[in-house]
Amino acid sequence: MNKLLQLIRKNANFTTAELSAMLGEPEKLIKEKLHEYHQKGIIKGYQAVVNWEEVDDSYVEALIELKVTPKKETGFDEMAQMCMAFEEVESVYLMAGVYDFALIVRGETMQDIAMFVAKKLSTIDGVLSTGTHFIMRRYKDRGMNLFDAENQTDERSLIL
Amino acid sequence: MDYQKYMNTRIQSVQPSGIRKFFDIANEMKDVISLSIGEPDFQTPWHIRDEGIRSLTKGKTWYSPNRGFADLLNEITKYYERRFGITYSPTKQTLVTVGGSEAIDLVLRVLVDEGDEVIIPQPSFVCYHPLTVMSGGVPVVINTKNEDNFRLRADDLRAAITDKTKLLVLPFPNNPTGAIMERHDLEEIAKVCIEKDILVLSDEIYSELTYGVRDHVSIASIDGMYERTVVINGFSKSYAMTGWRLGYALGPAEIIGQMTKLHQYGIMSAPTTAQYAAIEALRNGDRDVNRMRDEYDMRRRLVVDAFNDMGLTCFEPLGAFYVFPCIKSTGLSSDEFCTRLIMEKHVAVVPGNAFGESGNGFVRVSYSYSLKHLKIALERIREFLEELHHGN
Repeated sequence: MNKLLQLIRKNANFTTAELSAMLGEPEKLIKEKLHEYHQKGIIKGYQAVVNWEEVDDSYVEALIELKVTPKKETGFDEMAQMCMAFEEVESVYLMAGVYDFALIVRGETMQDIAMFVAKKLSTIDGVLSTGTHFIMRRYKDRGMNLFDAENQTDERSLIL
Repeated sequence: MDYQKYMNTRIQSVQPSGIRKFFDIANEMKDVISLSIGEPDFQTPWHIRDEGIRSLTKGKTWYSPNRGFADLLNEITKYYERRFGITYSPTKQTLVTVGGSEAIDLVLRVLVDEGDEVIIPQPSFVCYHPLTVMSGGVPVVINTKNEDNFRLRADDLRAAITDKTKLLVLPFPNNPTGAIMERHDLEEIAKVCIEKDILVLSDEIYSELTYGVRDHVSIASIDGMYERTVVINGFSKSYAMTGWRLGYALGPAEIIGQMTKLHQYGIMSAPTTAQYAAIEALRNGDRDVNRMRDEYDMRRRLVVDAFNDMGLTCFEPLGAFYVFPCIKSTGLSSDEFCTRLIMEKHVAVVPGNAFGESGNGFVRVSYSYSLKHLKIALERIREFLEELHHGN
């Protein structure tokens, strides 16, 4: 059933009938599995991959590096939870390497994000340093090409 | 000038491919959703492309030996042994060609004498008939049937054989029907071939694309058939390498020897860059083959299910990347169906009769497209059928 997750991870729009056909499993079983995945929190939800450049809304994202001092009792978890609590923060990852956390932060302007980092993130007790990298353009996001529509046209010739 | 009088009479008798007509209409339209293309939509896996590039940066830009590079010949024979249990000599029984198509042409030209009959099961790929004619042979068509899942039946073969029969073309897994031949089917065919002393050209270009539990079986692996079979295969379908133009033939040393002679005069050698890439494909490409097969399989199930649901009955194709639904219930001929579908819904599929008369009443639908693309196309076909039903 891993294939089921792989399929809907790429495209959540398939109907259970289509999934049933593609996987060669009864539709009832597919529905049960999906229900189970929701119940167990294996499937957390569904989102559209939006190409914000095509939309009028202002939308800025940044990747923030965070160096922190882990807490004695709870290690990195408590720090992570504090970061997660901000609604500006889209994603929080614990990293191996020169810094501890990578955060994806969203705002309407670069100024928004700069102020958020300065006033809210860097002031958290235990945060040693931050590094802000603004995302200038998204070429590919969650497996989808947001960039060159040309590359997506069918170049195959009509042969025989 | 009247060029006709200069032109070879045989070439003038050969009809242009029936697939083309719909391609031409499709080309005129802007928003056509096509399900008509017969090649993988995947790009050649990167590590394979990379080997091609690497050979170029090293300056490997000369002709290869006529038969192909020794490394490639070795890998091909190792592959046939490992996958299909058949052993060939890389130096005597193997020839690398410009696509499977060149190999088909060579087999026919090397074996067929003026007036020899060549049995061609149809529906099948469009090249066997004209290439037989060009080599002076007489094509004898066997129409495979929907009720047999478009497999070739030994009785039909027996009935088609005359004193002049020399060769049977065995095109399985089949384009356009998606039919395969299982071992027990092939054993029956083999009995007839041995009894009647005819040779077999086994076109196995889709051999890596079989679905379900059934692996492709080559007729050359059936007792008594090794010595009377020339196997054709290539890299186009299994490794998504159509544009590299690389195929090969495996068979009795005497036949391959004569084919090599003709290949030497007409082609000299297959593309060098492509051969370097193909060595990598055979050495490290199994995972890619499996990945693509799994993806095709999901699409196949989706498309078959959709057609059956729409009332266009569709036997389960177990090979290649085509489904071959029956459209007789619409009351339209294949040509009418395809023309109206493209005009009214801008969806291009190929009429079944482009692959032989017995394909009339069917259409070939390629599922060598993304799931997203397939879903849109199927939706439009559904609309088309509903409107047809309501008498538009």
